[in-house]
Amino acid sequence: MSINPWNRRDWSNHPKLIYPDYKSTKFRNPKNKLIKIENFKDIPSPKFSKDCMRPIDADLTKNAKKDHDPIGERIIIIGKVMDEFGRAVPDCLLEIWQANSAGRYIHREEIHDAPLDPNFLGAGMTLTDKNGDYKFTTIRPGSYPWGNHHNAWRPAHIHFSIYGRSFVDRLVTQMYFEGDPLFKYDPIFNSVPDKKAQDRLIAKFSIEETIPEFAHAYIFNIILRGRNATPMEI
Amino acid sequence: MKKNTFLQTSSQTVGPFFAYGLAAQQYQYDFPSLVSGDLRKKDLLGQKINVKGQVIDGNDIPIHDALVEIWQADPNGNYDTNPNGKFFGFGRMGTGSGDFVGFNFKTYKPGITAPNSAPHINITVFARGMLNHLFSRIYFSDEEEENKKDLLLNEIDTSLRSRLIAEKENETEYRFDIYLQGDKETVFFDF
Repeated sequence: MSINPWNRRDWSNHPKLIYPDYKSTKFRNPKNKLIKIENFKDIPSPKFSKDCMRPIDADLTKNAKKDHDPIGERIIIIGKVMDEFGRAVPDCLLEIWQANSAGRYIHREEIHDAPLDPNFLGAGMTLTDKNGDYKFTTIRPGSYPWGNHHNAWRPAHIHFSIYGRSFVDRLVTQMYFEGDPLFKYDPIFNSVPDKKAQDRLIAKFSIEETIPEFAHAYIFNIILRGRNATPMEI
Repeated sequence: MKKNTFLQTSSQTVGPFFAYGLAAQQYQYDFPSLVSGDLRKKDLLGQKINVKGQVIDGNDIPIHDALVEIWQADPNGNYDTNPNGKFFGFGRMGTGSGDFVGFNFKTYKPGITAPNSAPHINITVFARGMLNHLFSRIYFSDEEEENKKDLLLNEIDTSLRSRLIAEKENETEYRFDIYLQGDKETVFFDF
Protein backbone atom coordinates (compact mmCIF):
# COMPACT_ATOMS: atom_id res chain seq x y z
CA MET A 1 0.00 0.00 0.00
CA SER A 2 1.17 3.47 -0.73
CA ILE A 3 -0.29 6.89 -1.26
CA ASN A 4 -1.94 7.36 -4.64
CA PRO A 5 0.86 8.53 -6.92
CA TRP A 6 -1.49 9.48 -9.76
CA ASN A 7 -3.30 12.69 -10.43
CA ARG A 8 -7.00 11.95 -10.10
CA ARG A 9 -9.48 11.88 -12.91
CA ASP A 10 -10.07 15.52 -13.76
CA TRP A 11 -13.83 15.79 -13.54
CA SER A 12 -13.84 19.24 -15.14
CA ASN A 13 -12.97 17.42 -18.38
CA HIS A 14 -14.93 14.16 -18.00
CA PRO A 15 -18.70 13.85 -18.37
CA LYS A 16 -21.00 13.53 -15.40
CA LEU A 17 -21.95 9.93 -14.72
CA ILE A 18 -25.62 10.64 -15.33
CA TYR A 19 -26.23 12.94 -18.29
CA PRO A 20 -29.98 12.82 -18.93
CA ASP A 21 -29.82 13.87 -22.61
CA TYR A 22 -28.08 10.55 -23.20
CA LYS A 23 -31.00 8.52 -21.98
CA SER A 24 -29.38 5.22 -21.12
CA THR A 25 -27.07 6.93 -18.60
CA LYS A 26 -30.06 7.30 -16.24
CA PHE A 27 -30.22 3.70 -15.06
CA ARG A 28 -26.68 2.59 -15.76
CA ASN A 29 -24.68 4.69 -13.33
CA PRO A 30 -24.44 4.95 -9.56
CA LYS A 31 -26.26 7.67 -7.67
CA ASN A 32 -23.85 7.52 -4.75
CA LYS A 33 -20.63 9.47 -4.97
CA LEU A 34 -17.52 7.60 -6.00
CA ILE A 35 -15.41 6.91 -2.94
CA LYS A 36 -11.97 8.48 -3.04
CA ILE A 37 -9.30 5.94 -2.20
CA GLU A 38 -5.92 7.16 -0.97
CA ASN A 39 -4.15 3.95 -0.03
CA PHE A 40 -3.81 1.19 -2.58
CA LYS A 41 -1.19 -0.86 -4.30
CA ASP A 42 -0.52 0.56 -7.71
CA ILE A 43 -0.48 -1.99 -10.52
CA PRO A 44 1.41 -1.28 -13.72
CA SER A 45 -0.42 -1.83 -17.00
CA PRO A 46 0.11 -4.96 -19.07
CA LYS A 47 3.43 -4.90 -20.91
CA PHE A 48 2.35 -5.58 -24.45
CA SER A 49 5.06 -5.60 -27.07
CA LYS A 50 5.19 -5.53 -30.85
CA ASP A 51 5.43 -9.34 -30.70
CA CYS A 52 1.84 -9.45 -29.39
CA MET A 53 0.42 -8.13 -32.65
CA ARG A 54 0.91 -8.00 -36.39
CA PRO A 55 1.91 -4.72 -38.09
CA ILE A 56 -1.21 -5.14 -40.22
CA ASP A 57 -3.36 -4.72 -37.10
CA ALA A 58 -2.69 -0.97 -37.32
CA ASP A 59 -3.94 -0.85 -40.91
CA LEU A 60 -7.71 -1.34 -41.04
CA THR A 61 -7.67 -1.09 -44.83
CA LYS A 62 -5.62 -4.29 -44.91
CA ASN A 63 -6.35 -6.33 -41.78
CA ALA A 64 -9.69 -7.68 -43.04
CA LYS A 65 -9.08 -7.37 -46.78
CA LYS A 66 -10.31 -10.34 -48.76
CA ASP A 67 -10.22 -9.51 -52.46
CA HIS A 68 -10.53 -5.72 -52.79
CA ASP A 69 -9.60 -2.64 -50.84
CA PRO A 70 -12.42 -1.49 -48.59
CA ILE A 71 -14.75 1.16 -50.01
CA GLY A 72 -14.42 4.72 -48.74
CA GLU A 73 -12.02 7.53 -48.12
CA ARG A 74 -8.66 6.21 -46.90
CA ILE A 75 -7.19 8.26 -44.03
CA ILE A 76 -4.31 8.09 -41.64
CA ILE A 77 -4.60 9.04 -37.99
CA ILE A 78 -1.47 10.03 -36.16
CA GLY A 79 -0.91 11.37 -32.71
CA LYS A 80 1.06 11.38 -29.52
CA VAL A 81 0.09 9.91 -26.17
CA MET A 82 1.30 12.08 -23.31
CA ASP A 83 0.55 12.64 -19.66
CA GLU A 84 -0.63 15.88 -18.10
CA PHE A 85 2.96 17.09 -17.79
CA GLY A 86 3.65 16.55 -21.46
CA ARG A 87 5.75 13.44 -20.95
CA ALA A 88 5.43 10.92 -23.78
CA VAL A 89 3.89 7.56 -22.89
CA PRO A 90 5.77 4.87 -24.84
CA ASP A 91 4.62 1.26 -25.46
CA CYS A 92 1.04 2.26 -24.80
CA LEU A 93 -1.65 -0.04 -26.19
CA LEU A 94 -4.28 1.65 -28.35
CA GLU A 95 -7.24 -0.34 -29.62
CA ILE A 96 -9.78 1.20 -31.99
CA TRP A 97 -13.11 0.19 -33.49
CA GLN A 98 -15.44 2.00 -35.84
CA ALA A 99 -18.23 1.87 -38.42
CA ASN A 100 -17.43 1.47 -42.12
CA SER A 101 -17.71 4.26 -44.68
CA ALA A 102 -21.46 3.71 -44.96
CA GLY A 103 -21.97 4.14 -41.22
CA ARG A 104 -22.45 0.43 -40.56
CA TYR A 105 -20.83 -1.47 -37.71
CA ILE A 106 -20.07 -5.11 -38.33
CA HIS A 107 -21.38 -5.98 -34.84
CA ARG A 108 -24.13 -8.61 -35.15
CA GLU A 109 -26.63 -6.57 -33.19
CA GLU A 110 -26.35 -3.55 -35.46
CA ILE A 111 -29.52 -3.26 -37.53
CA HIS A 112 -28.94 0.02 -39.37
CA ASP A 113 -29.89 -0.46 -43.01
CA ALA A 114 -26.54 0.35 -44.59
CA PRO A 115 -24.25 -2.05 -46.41
CA LEU A 116 -21.50 -4.07 -44.78
CA ASP A 117 -18.16 -4.05 -46.55
CA PRO A 118 -16.76 -7.57 -46.99
CA ASN A 119 -13.23 -6.15 -46.96
CA PHE A 120 -13.56 -4.12 -43.78
CA LEU A 121 -13.92 -5.19 -40.17
CA GLY A 122 -13.30 -1.86 -38.43
CA ALA A 123 -11.03 -2.98 -35.58
CA GLY A 124 -7.35 -2.20 -35.09
CA MET A 125 -4.61 -2.03 -32.51
CA THR A 126 -1.11 -0.68 -32.13
CA LEU A 127 1.46 0.44 -29.58
CA THR A 128 2.99 3.87 -29.24
CA ASP A 129 6.70 4.06 -30.07
CA LYS A 130 9.41 5.34 -27.72
CA ASN A 131 8.31 8.92 -28.35
CA GLY A 132 4.68 8.16 -27.58
CA ASP A 133 3.69 8.40 -31.24
CA TYR A 134 1.17 6.16 -32.98
CA LYS A 135 -0.33 5.78 -36.43
CA PHE A 136 -3.39 4.04 -37.85
CA THR A 137 -4.46 3.71 -41.47
CA THR A 138 -8.20 3.30 -41.93
CA ILE A 139 -11.34 4.34 -43.80
CA ARG A 140 -13.21 7.43 -42.71
CA PRO A 141 -16.33 6.16 -40.90
CA GLY A 142 -19.83 7.28 -41.82
CA SER A 143 -22.44 8.70 -39.46
CA TYR A 144 -25.17 6.37 -38.23
CA PRO A 145 -28.58 6.73 -36.62
CA TRP A 146 -29.38 5.63 -33.08
CA GLY A 147 -32.51 5.49 -31.01
CA ASN A 148 -31.74 8.05 -28.32
CA HIS A 149 -34.21 10.65 -29.60
CA HIS A 150 -36.05 11.59 -32.79
CA ASN A 151 -33.69 11.80 -35.78
CA ALA A 152 -30.62 11.08 -33.68
CA TRP A 153 -27.39 10.61 -35.66
CA ARG A 154 -23.96 10.13 -34.21
CA PRO A 155 -21.22 12.35 -35.64
CA ALA A 156 -18.63 10.21 -37.41
CA HIS A 157 -16.26 8.85 -34.78
CA ILE A 158 -13.67 6.23 -33.97
CA HIS A 159 -13.63 4.54 -30.57
CA PHE A 160 -10.28 4.44 -28.74
CA SER A 161 -9.31 2.25 -25.79
CA ILE A 162 -6.02 3.16 -24.09
CA TYR A 163 -3.96 1.72 -21.25
CA GLY A 164 -1.78 4.23 -19.49
CA ARG A 165 0.96 3.22 -17.08
CA SER A 166 -1.23 2.05 -14.19
CA PHE A 167 -4.54 0.25 -13.82
CA VAL A 168 -6.01 3.54 -12.56
CA ASP A 169 -4.87 5.27 -15.74
CA ARG A 170 -7.43 3.76 -18.10
CA LEU A 171 -9.20 5.66 -20.84
CA VAL A 172 -11.94 4.83 -23.33
CA THR A 173 -12.91 7.71 -25.57
CA GLN A 174 -14.08 8.66 -29.05
CA MET A 175 -12.29 10.63 -31.73
CA TYR A 176 -14.36 12.93 -33.93
CA PHE A 177 -13.65 14.72 -37.21
CA GLU A 178 -13.20 18.43 -37.75
CA GLY A 179 -16.21 20.24 -39.20
CA ASP A 180 -18.89 17.64 -38.51
CA PRO A 181 -22.34 19.29 -38.67
CA LEU A 182 -23.76 16.84 -36.09
CA PHE A 183 -21.76 17.97 -33.05
CA LYS A 184 -24.40 20.30 -31.71
CA TYR A 185 -27.08 17.60 -31.79
CA ASP A 186 -25.12 14.78 -30.21
CA PRO A 187 -25.60 14.22 -26.46
CA ILE A 188 -22.57 11.94 -26.16
CA PHE A 189 -20.24 14.61 -27.57
CA ASN A 190 -21.99 17.32 -25.54
CA SER A 191 -21.73 15.32 -22.31
CA VAL A 192 -18.15 16.60 -22.18
CA PRO A 193 -18.62 19.58 -19.86
CA ASP A 194 -16.12 21.99 -21.34
CA LYS A 195 -16.02 23.37 -24.90
CA LYS A 196 -12.25 23.23 -25.02
CA ALA A 197 -12.31 19.63 -23.84
CA GLN A 198 -14.86 18.86 -26.58
CA ASP A 199 -12.52 20.44 -29.10
CA ARG A 200 -9.69 18.17 -27.94
CA LEU A 201 -11.77 15.13 -28.96
CA ILE A 202 -11.84 16.44 -32.54
CA ALA A 203 -9.08 15.21 -34.82
CA LYS A 204 -7.59 18.00 -36.93
CA PHE A 205 -6.92 17.69 -40.64
CA SER A 206 -3.23 18.22 -41.45
CA ILE A 207 -2.04 19.05 -44.95
CA GLU A 208 1.57 18.63 -43.75
CA GLU A 209 0.98 15.04 -42.70
CA THR A 210 -1.30 14.21 -45.64
CA ILE A 211 0.41 11.74 -47.94
CA PRO A 212 0.33 12.83 -51.60
CA GLU A 213 -1.67 10.52 -53.87
CA PHE A 214 -2.55 8.33 -50.88
CA ALA A 215 -4.51 9.60 -47.88
CA HIS A 216 -5.67 12.59 -45.85
CA ALA A 217 -4.11 12.81 -42.41
CA TYR A 218 -5.77 13.65 -39.12
CA ILE A 219 -3.99 14.40 -35.85
CA PHE A 220 -5.42 13.16 -32.57
CA ASN A 221 -3.29 13.56 -29.44
CA ILE A 222 -4.27 11.81 -26.22
CA ILE A 223 -3.54 13.08 -22.72
CA LEU A 224 -3.51 10.58 -19.86
CA ARG A 225 -3.25 11.16 -16.13
CA GLY A 226 -0.01 12.49 -14.74
CA ARG A 227 2.07 10.85 -12.08
CA ASN A 228 2.66 13.23 -9.20
CA ALA A 229 6.15 14.64 -9.32
CA THR A 230 8.24 13.38 -6.42
CA PRO A 231 11.19 15.32 -4.97
CA MET A 232 13.49 13.00 -6.95
CA GLU A 233 11.94 14.24 -10.15
CA ILE A 234 12.28 17.87 -9.06
CA MET B 1 5.03 19.88 -7.76
CA LYS B 2 5.06 20.41 -11.49
CA LYS B 3 2.11 22.17 -12.97
CA ASN B 4 0.07 20.09 -15.37
CA THR B 5 0.21 21.89 -18.67
CA PHE B 6 -1.98 19.46 -20.61
CA LEU B 7 -5.52 18.49 -19.75
CA GLN B 8 -6.82 14.94 -19.62
CA THR B 9 -8.57 13.66 -22.72
CA SER B 10 -12.26 13.31 -21.88
CA SER B 11 -13.85 9.93 -21.38
CA GLN B 12 -16.61 8.75 -23.71
CA THR B 13 -18.81 5.66 -23.67
CA VAL B 14 -17.57 2.32 -24.95
CA GLY B 15 -20.91 2.16 -26.81
CA PRO B 16 -22.84 -0.97 -27.77
CA PHE B 17 -20.49 -2.30 -30.46
CA PHE B 18 -17.13 -2.87 -28.77
CA ALA B 19 -17.21 -6.65 -29.04
CA TYR B 20 -15.46 -7.15 -32.40
CA GLY B 21 -12.67 -4.81 -31.31
CA LEU B 22 -12.12 -5.46 -27.61
CA ALA B 23 -13.36 -9.03 -27.17
CA ALA B 24 -13.31 -10.38 -30.72
CA GLN B 25 -12.47 -13.98 -29.96
CA GLN B 26 -15.01 -14.29 -27.15
CA TYR B 27 -17.67 -13.10 -29.60
CA GLN B 28 -16.20 -15.08 -32.50
CA TYR B 29 -15.17 -12.23 -34.74
CA ASP B 30 -12.17 -12.73 -36.96
CA PHE B 31 -9.70 -10.49 -35.13
CA PRO B 32 -7.04 -11.21 -32.50
CA SER B 33 -7.72 -10.68 -28.79
CA LEU B 34 -4.84 -9.75 -26.53
CA VAL B 35 -6.75 -10.65 -23.39
CA SER B 36 -9.62 -12.95 -22.55
CA GLY B 37 -11.70 -14.26 -19.67
CA ASP B 38 -9.38 -17.21 -19.15
CA LEU B 39 -6.44 -16.38 -16.88
CA ARG B 40 -5.59 -20.05 -16.41
CA LYS B 41 -3.69 -20.43 -19.67
CA LYS B 42 -0.77 -21.95 -17.77
CA ASP B 43 -0.95 -24.45 -14.93
CA LEU B 44 0.38 -23.28 -11.62
CA LEU B 45 0.03 -24.12 -7.97
CA GLY B 46 -2.95 -22.38 -6.51
CA GLN B 47 -6.67 -22.52 -6.04
CA LYS B 48 -8.57 -22.59 -9.34
CA ILE B 49 -11.65 -20.43 -9.11
CA ASN B 50 -14.31 -18.97 -11.37
CA VAL B 51 -15.56 -15.49 -10.67
CA LYS B 52 -19.02 -15.12 -12.10
CA GLY B 53 -21.47 -12.25 -12.06
CA GLN B 54 -23.80 -9.91 -13.86
CA VAL B 55 -23.81 -6.18 -14.43
CA ILE B 56 -27.30 -5.05 -13.39
CA ASP B 57 -28.94 -1.71 -14.15
CA GLY B 58 -31.25 0.44 -12.01
CA ASN B 59 -34.30 -1.42 -13.34
CA ASP B 60 -32.83 -4.70 -12.12
CA ILE B 61 -32.10 -5.85 -15.66
CA PRO B 62 -28.80 -7.60 -16.41
CA ILE B 63 -26.88 -5.64 -19.04
CA HIS B 64 -25.71 -7.62 -22.05
CA ASP B 65 -23.51 -4.89 -23.53
CA ALA B 66 -21.13 -4.23 -20.65
CA LEU B 67 -17.41 -4.90 -20.68
CA VAL B 68 -15.60 -5.98 -17.55
CA GLU B 69 -11.85 -6.00 -16.91
CA ILE B 70 -10.09 -7.61 -13.97
CA TRP B 71 -6.55 -7.07 -12.67
CA GLN B 72 -5.26 -9.37 -9.98
CA ALA B 73 -2.22 -10.90 -8.34
CA ASP B 74 -1.17 -14.53 -8.71
CA PRO B 75 -1.71 -17.07 -5.90
CA ASN B 76 1.51 -15.81 -4.27
CA GLY B 77 0.38 -12.20 -4.27
CA ASN B 78 2.57 -11.00 -7.12
CA TYR B 79 1.38 -9.01 -10.10
CA ASP B 80 2.62 -10.27 -13.44
CA THR B 81 1.94 -7.81 -16.25
CA ASN B 82 3.74 -9.83 -18.92
CA PRO B 83 1.15 -11.30 -21.32
CA ASN B 84 3.44 -14.30 -21.80
CA GLY B 85 4.39 -14.65 -18.14
CA LYS B 86 3.47 -17.50 -15.81
CA PHE B 87 0.30 -15.79 -14.69
CA PHE B 88 -0.92 -12.80 -16.67
CA GLY B 89 -3.24 -11.30 -14.08
CA PHE B 90 -5.36 -9.35 -16.46
CA GLY B 91 -8.71 -10.40 -17.95
CA ARG B 92 -11.45 -8.92 -20.05
CA MET B 93 -14.95 -10.11 -20.96
CA GLY B 94 -18.08 -8.73 -22.53
CA THR B 95 -21.34 -9.72 -20.86
CA GLY B 96 -23.31 -10.66 -23.97
CA SER B 97 -21.70 -13.58 -25.75
CA GLY B 98 -23.69 -16.48 -24.32
CA ASP B 99 -26.91 -17.59 -22.63
CA PHE B 100 -25.68 -16.26 -19.30
CA VAL B 101 -25.84 -12.46 -19.47
CA GLY B 102 -22.73 -11.73 -17.51
CA PHE B 103 -19.08 -12.59 -17.03
CA ASN B 104 -17.35 -15.73 -15.82
CA PHE B 105 -13.60 -15.41 -15.37
CA LYS B 106 -11.51 -18.53 -15.05
CA THR B 107 -8.67 -17.66 -12.76
CA TYR B 108 -6.70 -18.49 -9.63
CA LYS B 109 -7.55 -17.08 -6.27
CA PRO B 110 -5.15 -14.18 -5.71
CA GLY B 111 -2.72 -14.22 -2.81
CA ILE B 112 -2.06 -11.44 -0.33
CA THR B 113 -0.22 -8.56 -2.00
CA ALA B 114 0.74 -6.51 1.04
CA PRO B 115 0.33 -6.46 4.82
CA ASN B 116 -3.23 -5.55 5.83
CA SER B 117 -4.53 -6.23 2.37
CA ALA B 118 -6.95 -9.12 1.93
CA PRO B 119 -6.97 -11.16 -1.29
CA HIS B 120 -8.87 -9.18 -3.91
CA ILE B 121 -9.44 -8.61 -7.60
CA ASN B 122 -9.59 -5.12 -9.08
CA ILE B 123 -12.48 -4.67 -11.47
CA THR B 124 -13.27 -2.01 -14.06
CA VAL B 125 -16.69 -1.73 -15.69
CA PHE B 126 -17.64 -0.18 -19.03
CA ALA B 127 -21.00 -0.19 -20.84
CA ARG B 128 -23.22 1.54 -23.32
CA GLY B 129 -24.87 4.24 -21.23
CA MET B 130 -21.75 4.77 -19.14
CA LEU B 131 -19.74 7.82 -20.16
CA ASN B 132 -17.00 6.94 -17.66
CA HIS B 133 -15.68 3.59 -16.52
CA LEU B 134 -16.19 2.57 -12.91
CA PHE B 135 -13.62 1.00 -10.57
CA SER B 136 -14.48 -1.48 -7.85
CA ARG B 137 -12.95 -4.43 -6.02
CA ILE B 138 -13.89 -8.04 -5.39
CA TYR B 139 -13.08 -9.56 -1.99
CA PHE B 140 -13.93 -13.11 -0.94
CA SER B 141 -16.55 -14.25 1.57
CA ASP B 142 -14.31 -17.02 2.94
CA GLU B 143 -11.53 -14.58 3.92
CA GLU B 144 -13.31 -13.04 6.89
CA GLU B 145 -10.22 -12.58 9.05
CA GLU B 146 -8.17 -11.02 6.26
CA ASN B 147 -11.07 -8.82 5.20
CA LYS B 148 -11.31 -7.38 8.72
CA LYS B 149 -7.69 -6.19 8.47
CA ASP B 150 -7.90 -4.81 4.95
CA LEU B 151 -7.03 -1.11 4.83
CA LEU B 152 -9.22 -0.29 1.86
CA LEU B 153 -12.27 -2.13 3.23
CA ASN B 154 -11.76 -0.26 6.48
CA GLU B 155 -12.05 3.02 4.60
CA ILE B 156 -15.58 1.97 3.54
CA ASP B 157 -18.69 2.47 5.66
CA THR B 158 -19.42 -0.76 7.58
CA SER B 159 -22.90 -1.10 6.09
CA LEU B 160 -21.49 -1.05 2.55
CA ARG B 161 -18.59 -3.48 2.91
CA SER B 162 -20.62 -6.57 2.07
CA ARG B 163 -21.21 -5.09 -1.40
CA LEU B 164 -17.55 -5.62 -2.18
CA ILE B 165 -17.47 -9.25 -1.14
CA ALA B 166 -18.07 -12.11 -3.57
CA GLU B 167 -20.15 -14.96 -2.17
CA LYS B 168 -18.70 -18.42 -2.31
CA GLU B 169 -21.21 -20.55 -4.23
CA ASN B 170 -19.21 -23.78 -4.13
CA GLU B 171 -15.61 -24.97 -3.95
CA THR B 172 -14.64 -23.33 -7.24
CA GLU B 173 -17.14 -20.56 -7.85
CA TYR B 174 -17.60 -17.09 -6.43
CA ARG B 175 -20.46 -14.83 -7.37
CA PHE B 176 -20.06 -11.06 -7.64
CA ASP B 177 -22.93 -9.11 -9.16
CA ILE B 178 -22.37 -5.47 -9.98
CA TYR B 179 -25.36 -3.25 -9.26
CA LEU B 180 -24.92 0.02 -11.12
CA GLN B 181 -27.77 1.66 -9.22
CA GLY B 182 -30.43 1.05 -6.59
CA ASP B 183 -30.69 -0.40 -3.07
CA LYS B 184 -27.78 -2.76 -3.62
CA GLU B 185 -25.63 -0.30 -5.56
CA THR B 186 -22.05 -1.53 -5.69
CA VAL B 187 -19.36 0.61 -4.10
CA PHE B 188 -17.33 2.36 -6.79
CA PHE B 189 -14.03 4.12 -6.31
CA ASP B 190 -12.24 7.15 -7.56
CA PHE B 191 -8.55 6.25 -7.40
